[in-house]
Amino acid sequence: MKKEIINLLEKEPQLTNAELAAMLGISEEEVAAQVAELKKMGVIRGQKLIVNRELIGDSKITALIEIKVTPKSKLGFDAIAHQIAEFEEVQSLYLMSGGFDLAVTVTGNTFHDVAMFVAKRLSPLESVVSTATHFILRPYKELGIKMNDSGTDDRGIVSL
Amino acid sequence: MIDYSKLINKTIQSVKPSGIRKYFDIAAEMDDVISLGVGEPDFKTPWHIREAAIQSLNEGKTRYTSNSGILELRDEICKYYERRFGVKGYNYRTDCLVSVGGSEAIDLAVRCLINPGDEVLIPEPSFVCYTPIVAMSGGVPVPIRTVVENDFRLTGDELRAAITPKTKMLILPYPNNPTGGIMRKEHLEEIAEVLRGTDIMILSDEIYAELTYGGISHASIAAVDGMFERTVIVSGFSKAYSMTGWRLGYALGPKEVIAAMTKLHQYAIMSAPTNSQYAAIEALRNGDDDVRDMLKEYDARRRFIVDGFNKLGLACFEPNGAFYVFPCIQSSGLTSDEFCEKLLYSKKVAVVPGNAFGECGEGFIRVSYCYSISHIKEALKRIGDFLDECKG
Repeated sequence: MKKEIINLLEKEPQLTNAELAAMLGISEEEVAAQVAELKKMGVIRGQKLIVNRELIGDSKITALIEIKVTPKSKLGFDAIAHQIAEFEEVQSLYLMSGGFDLAVTVTGNTFHDVAMFVAKRLSPLESVVSTATHFILRPYKELGIKMNDSGTDDRGIVSL
Repeated sequence: MIDYSKLINKTIQSVKPSGIRKYFDIAAEMDDVISLGVGEPDFKTPWHIREAAIQSLNEGKTRYTSNSGILELRDEICKYYERRFGVKGYNYRTDCLVSVGGSEAIDLAVRCLINPGDEVLIPEPSFVCYTPIVAMSGGVPVPIRTVVENDFRLTGDELRAAITPKTKMLILPYPNNPTGGIMRKEHLEEIAEVLRGTDIMILSDEIYAELTYGGISHASIAAVDGMFERTVIVSGFSKAYSMTGWRLGYALGPKEVIAAMTKLHQYAIMSAPTNSQYAAIEALRNGDDDVRDMLKEYDARRRFIVDGFNKLGLACFEPNGAFYVFPCIQSSGLTSDEFCEKLLYSKKVAVVPGNAFGECGEGFIRVSYCYSISHIKEALKRIGDFLDECKG
């Protein structure tokens, strides 16, 4: 049941326990208990709004930064990853397979903000060997949501 | 000046246009209408099915197929019906015809079986095409009223009461549009009991067969003892695989009937769209998981919307098939038409009046749940506001 709850909530975080209960055919109490447990387990970690700031002329600058690091003995990549995750400019951070080790997305108000972040905060870290910064020019889709979809339904109003 | 009313076929002139057309034309002109009115999936056709069609185009498969459809596809259809619904015994060379949507197959079956004066039994509420098609064939449509107390199933008694010496055919539209009602094996057995020993044919419209809920699988009347020889199954890819725009369906039945249908199909259509047929082969071979995933999504919405209507005080029996709910709106004090029109004007929500599907649908509305939960939620909220205003 936990999986079913997560599948529904991931798509529609605003669903109430009563609505989830109706959809899953279980009691509201049962849903509440499961959700509480999912939160306690750290499975549910929060929710955010996905926005397209372009449309109100308030675009932020986002860069995707590839980082090569020297892993610390015993701690591997975790120590440096946790350290980087602490920076509030960092929006996402992943350990990667392939040609580099960590992928970071960083957001700032200007190019300068992002450049300074790389130069002053990221690069000086002891374990960081090199970085490659790619500025994102335009978002098309984030977390499964299209950024420029008009959302109109091409099915029309009624078909029998 | 040509007086076209004297030229156009009398029967088609007498077929009344779908009564709701006018008010949906109005809806189409309005801004911000939130609709629960469509009878087609919101999902797109799964990519691998689209890919198969594209590949067939790239391979230059742009010609007619054989009139009956690609042999490979017919083979898959017959295997599919056995695998999914336990109907055995169809010979894919002679007992299967690939058509332009399930609709064409319905049209063909009726035209090939009905002589002028033959009576065709049509359980209602049901899909809107049966009556006009029967009328065009010179047949006599005989509606059978089904009731919410029986979850809109056709009962053996209702059937028996409607049969006359002129009865040629029974249309069996389950899982049902608009009610969402289904017929389980035991209910079909009741129908079979009435028909055994007669020459009455069954046109079983099973287009929603993949969409059943609550752990109940679709039962086909063709699998019931003694019914195979008298049943023409009509189905298609639109609903199960979200392929409405591909216009592909099929009929399965006794070879004599399929041969007649193929003859007519050959003159009217030649063959169903070639690339759609290649897509359909892929759908039948590798589409089970897609169907399962979509079904799961529909099921969550179904529970959500049934619960929603019941909480609004519009009694809603639990539909176990298709993707519609059919709540009773009599508590609002309005007729179906009034309800839908007022709801559209005051809250900009479009639903379909139940009487569009036969007179006995009066007092109900058809609501589709081929929409996202957030869409359904907003529509339910508006319907709730509307009901409050009705009371106030």
